[in-house]
Amino acid sequence: MDFNDSPEQAEFRQKVIAWLDENVDKKASLSTGGMESEQALIEARAWQNKIFDAGWACQTWPKEYGGRGASAIEQVIWSQEVSKYPTRDGFFAIGIGNCGPAIMLYGSEDQKRKLLPRMARADDIWCQMFSEPGAGSDVAGLKTRAEKQGDKWIVNGQKIWTSQAQYADYGVLLTRTDPSLAKHKGLTMFFLDMKQPGVEVRPIKQADGGQAFNEVFFTDVEIPDEQRLGDVNGGWGVALTVLMNERLAIAGVAPNGWPEYWDMIRELQLDGRPALEDAEVRRKTAEWYVKNAGLKNAQARMLSAVAKGGIPGAEASLGKLVGAPMCQDISRYALDLFAQSGACTEEQLSIMNGQFQKAYLYAPGLRVAGGTDEVMRNIIAEQVLGLPPDVRIDKGVPFNEIQAGNQGGK
Amino acid sequence: MNFEFSDDQKMIQDQARGFLAEHSPLSRVREVLERESLGDNSYDRDVWKGLLELGWAGVAIPEEYGGLGMGYLELCVIAEELGRSLAAVPFSSSVYLAAEAILLAGTDVQKKQWLPKVASGEVIASLACAESQGGISVPGPSTSASSTGLLTGNKRPVCDGAIADLLVVSAINANGTVAWYLVTADANGVGREPLQCIDPSRSMASLSFDHTPAEPMLARNNSNALHAELMDRAAVLFAFEQVGGAQACLDMAREYTTQRYAFGRPIGSFQALKHKMADMFVAIELARSNAYYGAWALSSSSSSLTEAAAVARISATDAYYECSKENMQAHGGMGYTWELDCHLYYRRAQYLASLLGRQAYWKDRLIEEVA
Repeated sequence: MDFNDSPEQAEFRQKVIAWLDENVDKKASLSTGGMESEQALIEARAWQNKIFDAGWACQTWPKEYGGRGASAIEQVIWSQEVSKYPTRDGFFAIGIGNCGPAIMLYGSEDQKRKLLPRMARADDIWCQMFSEPGAGSDVAGLKTRAEKQGDKWIVNGQKIWTSQAQYADYGVLLTRTDPSLAKHKGLTMFFLDMKQPGVEVRPIKQADGGQAFNEVFFTDVEIPDEQRLGDVNGGWGVALTVLMNERLAIAGVAPNGWPEYWDMIRELQLDGRPALEDAEVRRKTAEWYVKNAGLKNAQARMLSAVAKGGIPGAEASLGKLVGAPMCQDISRYALDLFAQSGACTEEQLSIMNGQFQKAYLYAPGLRVAGGTDEVMRNIIAEQVLGLPPDVRIDKGVPFNEIQAGNQGGK
Repeated sequence: MNFEFSDDQKMIQDQARGFLAEHSPLSRVREVLERESLGDNSYDRDVWKGLLELGWAGVAIPEEYGGLGMGYLELCVIAEELGRSLAAVPFSSSVYLAAEAILLAGTDVQKKQWLPKVASGEVIASLACAESQGGISVPGPSTSASSTGLLTGNKRPVCDGAIADLLVVSAINANGTVAWYLVTADANGVGREPLQCIDPSRSMASLSFDHTPAEPMLARNNSNALHAELMDRAAVLFAFEQVGGAQACLDMAREYTTQRYAFGRPIGSFQALKHKMADMFVAIELARSNAYYGAWALSSSSSSLTEAAAVARISATDAYYECSKENMQAHGGMGYTWELDCHLYYRRAQYLASLLGRQAYWKDRLIEEVA
C-alpha cells in the first residue's frame, strides 16, 4: 500500500506541474458568469486548444483520434493537477466524457477520425440528449420518435436538461424507434448535427437564476442512417455504455463544498474569536473533514483499481451521492455562521464573494443532476449490493400501453 | 499510487477469514456471551490458542522482540477479520494496546522481556488507564507511584483486566507527572474484580493496587503526547475491527431482506430498505477508505498519522453504530430477540466505540492537528 505516486507517476506529475506552471497564470481570474457566458466559452475554447496542441487533451484516447494512448492514471494525475489552476473545461466534459466514448465504440472509422480530434480540441462542442420532460429518473420512458424513411430517420420530440446545447455543434441522441416493444427494447441511439433545420434550443431558467441547461425541440429533423450508433432498437445498451464511461469521467470530481468551506472557516471570526475555537463549529467541521477524507480516500482506492486497468463500477455513484447533499449542508451551515450577512448575496459585500450563498442556491440541482440521490441509492442497492429489483408494473408491457411522465393534466 | 492491500496481504486476510469462520462462528461467540460466570471464562480459549499458533499476535512485533515482524498492514487485515467474526478473544487489549504501549515506551530490556511473551500468547496483556467515569483517552490518573515504584490506586474499567497477566498502568509519579508502569497481575497488592460489560463476549474488570511493585517505563517530557500517540496507533487497528463488524452487519441485513417476504415480495425490493442499505454501504466505504489511509500512515510512520487515525476512528465508529442499529431495524421484531445475532454486533459496536475515548476527543484532536 502506497499513498504516494510510483516513481513513474511522480515523474509524470512533475512534468504536468512544470507545464502548467509555465502555461497558466495561477492568479489569473476567470471571467464571471459561469457556463452561460460567451466570454467564458471563448476562454474555455482557447484553453482546450492549447492543451490539445500540447498533447494533454483526451490523453487516454488513441493517437489517431486525437489522444496519446496514455493510461487512465495519467489522465487522472492531469485532472488532479489542473484542478489546482484557474482554468475552464466544464464546457467540454460531457462531450469528451460521454459522447466521445460513444463515437469511439459505435462510430465508423471515418467518423472517428473526422469527429474525435475536433471534439478533443474543442473545435466542435458536443451535447448529450437522453432526458425528457416525461423521462427523468425513468429515462428509458422517453418518447422522442425516430422513424425510418429510406436511408434516413425523421426525428420529432423534445429533450430537456441538455447542458451546452446552445453552443453544441453535435449531439448524441437517444430516441424511440419502436413503441410497440417494451420500454427498454425499442430505443435507438444517433448522433446529429445540432445546427441543422428543425433543431430548436431554448434555455431553461433555473431556481438559482442561472441558465446552464436547455430544452431541445426536434421537428422533422433528418438524421442519415450512418449516424446511428449501435443497432436499431439496441439504444439502451449504448446508453449504459455511455453512462459507464461517465462514471470514469466524473469519478471523484463531484463538488462537495469542502475546499471552499475549509478556506473560509479557518479565517472566519465569530464574536471576535476564531470560529474554530467554538466547540460546536470545531466538531461540525471535523465531521465534514472526515467525510471529505473518506471521499478522497475512496477515490484513491478506485483510482488504484483504474490504474490496474479496471473500470469503476456502480460504487462510483458514491462521490455524487455523498458530495451533493454535503455541499448543500455545508453551504447552509456557512450561511448560518454568517448570521444576517448570510442573507445578503452582494458579491462585493459577502465572504468569499458570496460563494456560499450561490452554493446554497445551486446545491439542490447537484442532488438531481446526473441521477437523483434516490436513483443513486437504487443503483448502489441493486448493482453493488445485489438487492432484488423493485416490482415494476411496466415490465414487458409494450411502451405504447404504459403511462409515463406527468399525468396530472398540466 | 497503489492504495490497496497487496496480494500477499489479501491472502493473509483470506486465511484469517477462513480460520475464524471455521473456529469462531457466532455460536462460539454466543457461548462466551452467555456464560454466567465472569473472569477466567470470559474468552474463547480455543480460538485464542489457535490464532496464537498462527502467529497473529506477533504479526507487527519486530523479529528482534519475538514477533513475525511483518508489519501493520498485515495486522490491519487480521483486525478486520476479527471484527467481522466478533471473535471472543483479548486480542485488541494485548496487541493493539499493550504491545504498542511497550513498543512505544518500554526500555529495551522490557521489550525483550515481554514482547516475545505477548507475541506467543504466553502472557495476555492490557492497558489500565481509565479510572471511573473517564475514558482511557483522559490522562490525569489519581493512581500514584512512590519513588520506590510502588503503585497505589484503582483502575476501571480495564479491558480483559481479569484475565491479563501483564498490565501497562498509568500513574502519577513522585515528580507529579503521569508515567506508565509495567505491573504483573500476580504482584503483591493487586486486586481484581470482573465487571459486567455491554458486550459480554468481551470482558472488563476493576483493578486495585495497594503498594504494588511496578517497573517504570521510559518517560517523556510530555506524557499526554505519549498517550495520544498510543491512541493514534490503536485507533487505526480498532478502525479495521469496526469496519469488519459494520460490513458483517450489512451482509446480514442484505441476506435477510433478500429472503424475507412480505406483501408478496422480498422486503429487500422495497426502496425504504434499499436506501437504508445503500446508506450503510456508503458509511462503510467512507470508513474503510479512511481506515486504509490510517493503515498507510501507520505502516509508513507518516507524519499524517494523527490526522489519519482521527478520520479513521471517527468514521469507523459512526459506520459501525449506523450499520449495527440499522441491521437490527431491517430484521424487524426478530432483530430485537436474544436469539438472533443482531444484538451481538450492536453490543460490540458500542464496546469498541467506548474504548478509545469520546468522538468529541477525536474531533477536537483532528481539528487541532490540521487547522
